[in-house]
Amino acid sequence: MKNTLPCFVFQKKNCFILIKSLKIDFEHSQSAHCENGAVSNLLRFHNLDLSEPMVFGIGSGLFFSYLPFVKLNGLPASSYRILPGWIFKRVTHRLGIQMHTATFNNPEKAMRSLDETLEKGLPVGILTSVFYLPYLPKALRFHFNAHNIVVFGKEKDNYLVSDPVGDSTVEISYEDLKRARFAKGTLAPKGKMYYPVKMPETIDLASSIKKGIKKTAKDMVNVPVHFFGIKGIRFMAKSIHKWPKRLSEKEGILRLGQLIRMQEEIGTGGAGFRFIFAAFLQEAAVVLNNPALKDISKEMTETGDVWREFAFEAGRVCKGRAASDVSFAYLSEILLNCADREEKIFKQLKSMPL
Amino acid sequence: MEIDQVPQDDENVFEGKFKVLYAVDKNGMYTKVPTKGWNPENIALNQAWEVINEKIQQAKKEVEEGRLSPLGYYMEKNLMDTTLLAEYMGFSLRKVKKHLIPAIFETLDKDVLEKYASLFRISEKELLHIN
Repeated sequence: MKNTLPCFVFQKKNCFILIKSLKIDFEHSQSAHCENGAVSNLLRFHNLDLSEPMVFGIGSGLFFSYLPFVKLNGLPASSYRILPGWIFKRVTHRLGIQMHTATFNNPEKAMRSLDETLEKGLPVGILTSVFYLPYLPKALRFHFNAHNIVVFGKEKDNYLVSDPVGDSTVEISYEDLKRARFAKGTLAPKGKMYYPVKMPETIDLASSIKKGIKKTAKDMVNVPVHFFGIKGIRFMAKSIHKWPKRLSEKEGILRLGQLIRMQEEIGTGGAGFRFIFAAFLQEAAVVLNNPALKDISKEMTETGDVWREFAFEAGRVCKGRAASDVSFAYLSEILLNCADREEKIFKQLKSMPL
Repeated sequence: MEIDQVPQDDENVFEGKFKVLYAVDKNGMYTKVPTKGWNPENIALNQAWEVINEKIQQAKKEVEEGRLSPLGYYMEKNLMDTTLLAEYMGFSLRKVKKHLIPAIFETLDKDVLEKYASLFRISEKELLHIN
């Protein structure tokens, strides 16, 4: 464990008041996605150096779902990963790391608990709403409640924050942080905080990687419901084909815009996490000494490029540069191509000996 | 995607520092590359904000015409709908919807107004008007 600077604390009627700044020696590394990044940065503090792709892969983060009946800003939801919080759960479970997690009903108590943990010299992972983080660019601040950050100290009234998607650390006031931790709505964070309490003596990296790969492959190929995995990609492709007949042009374009944003804008590292997964397979090939994984990584990269082509063409439709029904059919074709490629990749990963 | 294909279509969305992509270098090895943005996502993001701004303008118009209380305007301005607003306030959905009616809004107690105002981080006085 790394050293912490001394901090002086007054005890007054059972409540602690920090009178001097406290800064834990925490190394911030920018990542594409917040959940991977927060976990990766926290584990590095506890002397376990795992890259963002490693965390993502071991946590079996990659997935696909298209849920037209679940509305996000009034538009159908699509997702390229498993549910928020699951990467964290799977990766800590597979590596045998014991975590402390807590949610709160009382905001003051939640902030006090954060302070107490910082005083022990431990950086803390925190769930927040993007909408209430003033240091983020205004254009990105929507009501999204599952954003992970790490708090690693305090300077007077401000907390020191390592936001995994930022290129450097930032500060946030007590009031702002409290507000962001207690945002309401879908996936309300309820003041959730987490940190490792016990690291395993030995880590079986190879076996964790294998479990991560096998679970991802199984999820993508096997889930019997047509909203998920490869079936989900095909389902979305077929739906898009029907949009020009079923929806007004404006609605169709708004839906395409939402797909682009979910795939590219929301911290996916490009192509809806496909590039991060390819990076993971590349690292896995070295750890497991299995060159076949390197070849599959390459195929995954090419598939990611096809996903990017989808976003590019969809963007052209949104901008009104392509005639609409021809282009919706074309977009659908691109997605079917993605589905075929991914089916091949994940069937191979599922059946190959690791 | 290769490093030199990582787009840098800057519309200042990420203020140049909030986004990295994964791309391969000349030897095919993955690395993180900062990006300023990409046209398709800039288009999609602008489109999403246009929808929000339309809603805000619509609410503004309705307030001016006396069909909506100023609360409705501030709700849209904070990217909320009645469900989310009700959750923040700890009120029933029905109650929040009633507060959107100008005649009922005008009769609200000071403490209810204060609660709304503090949610939107404005003063109680500002909540009564839209400018």
